[in-house]
Amino acid sequence: MENLPSILTPDLGLLFWMLLAFLVVFFVLAKYGFPAIIGMVEERKNYIDESLRKAHEASERLGNIQLEGESILQEARRKQAQVLKEAADTRDAIIAKAQEKAREEGNRLIAEAKAEIENEKQAAISDIRAQVAELSVKVAEKILRKELASDAVQMETIDRLLDEVVVKEK
Amino acid sequence: MLLAVLLPVNIYAAEGVSGEKELDIPEIVMEHLADSYEWHIATYEGRHLSIPLPVILRSEATGEWHVCTAHSLPKGFFFDETHHGKIYERLADGTAVRPIDLSITKSVAQIWIVVAVLVCIFLSCARWYRKRTEKSDAPGGFVGMMEMLVMTIHDDLIKPAVGEKHYKSYAPYLLTVFFFIFTTNLIGLIPIFPGGANVTGNINITLFLAVCTMLAINLFGNKEYWKEIFWPEVPLFLKAYPVPVMPVIELFGVFTKPFALMIRLFANMMAGHAVILSFTCVIFLGWSMGTGFGLGLNIFSVIMLLFMNCLEVLVAFVQAYVFTMLSAVFIGLAHKEHEA
Repeated sequence: MENLPSILTPDLGLLFWMLLAFLVVFFVLAKYGFPAIIGMVEERKNYIDESLRKAHEASERLGNIQLEGESILQEARRKQAQVLKEAADTRDAIIAKAQEKAREEGNRLIAEAKAEIENEKQAAISDIRAQVAELSVKVAEKILRKELASDAVQMETIDRLLDEVVVKEK
Repeated sequence: MLLAVLLPVNIYAAEGVSGEKELDIPEIVMEHLADSYEWHIATYEGRHLSIPLPVILRSEATGEWHVCTAHSLPKGFFFDETHHGKIYERLADGTAVRPIDLSITKSVAQIWIVVAVLVCIFLSCARWYRKRTEKSDAPGGFVGMMEMLVMTIHDDLIKPAVGEKHYKSYAPYLLTVFFFIFTTNLIGLIPIFPGGANVTGNINITLFLAVCTMLAINLFGNKEYWKEIFWPEVPLFLKAYPVPVMPVIELFGVFTKPFALMIRLFANMMAGHAVILSFTCVIFLGWSMGTGFGLGLNIFSVIMLLFMNCLEVLVAFVQAYVFTMLSAVFIGLAHKEHEA
């Protein structure tokens, strides 16, 4: 034992300093060194996990939004088609109605015109009749005046006329 | 330990002083492996260039404390060559005793350099983290490397070995052990001043680390662990009567586990350094052998030296890893869950 090399013999001084040095390094590293690194790595790991989860959620939501957008678009197209159809219907209805109205108006105007024409015709006819009567009277007057130029003729005529009237009355 | 680069100067000087002295390779290797009271850097033309280190002694005779350097030992103290140059005190009756010696030796200085390096590295990393949140980018460069290393040891070694349930309370200790051994091994490979001391190849250091691990295993072992030792599930005649064979063996195992840890780290690091030193010495051996044979031997040595140095870098990591892993496994065994 006595002559063992110094690296093989226990040495109080070296052990003492080793204890001190190891305690120092242990306390410094265990308090300030490793927890900082390990803590940060764990936090980063949690953060990455969390971010991944959020990303998954977001992509899922994005998928939903796309689906939703698709359905909204579909709905809009459907509505657009409906609105267009309705508009076309309305237009056709309006046109039909207007045509109807125009026809009615035309008919009415024609009817009025006809009535007017009838009236005018009646008036013209009655006018012509009056004139014809007047003319007839005047012609008759003239004829009578000429026939009744002498008293004998007048008397004969009166008689004949009277006869006729009497005959007629009988 | 690894004064590979400076060794040439040393040997030249030795030859210069004592003429054609035989190259005593075992002595040179042992000297470089051993602890010393000053940090020898180089010897040139008989003059030693060393960093003086404080020698702290408590006199056995008077009980006084002395602080001095290796060159100014107080009266009564001397370097005992029969005890590998340790400081001894000559008492009044002529007997030599070992005083309480708390000197800052080369190994102690090296340990404190390692402590300073570790504290600097980890506090600078911690400062990097303090300025950031978990939303920042992951660190790159040196901090990223440290983070990777710490998390590799923490997640791939400690967590599975100790077990999910208990690993958190042991992780700081095991990480400290890993980085302490790893850094000490690496700095020990640097051949010049801030490194080069044979620290993990000194049995005191590995003894201390092994005792720490033993305490960590046994102080916090659960009921299941102690039951396995004193009342294992074997037939009664094996554990109680006539001889409690199993408890004796298990109790023996409590001490052999850390003992194996101690010897493994010590032997690996010491042997690695010894091999590198030996190859370095072979260069000088070859130099004294004449040109042809010497040159061939030297080229071979240099190649082997480079190879060994690369290997030692690997060994530095592997030994730190193995020590931490076995400590973690033993701690995990002390927290065994009851198996139905």
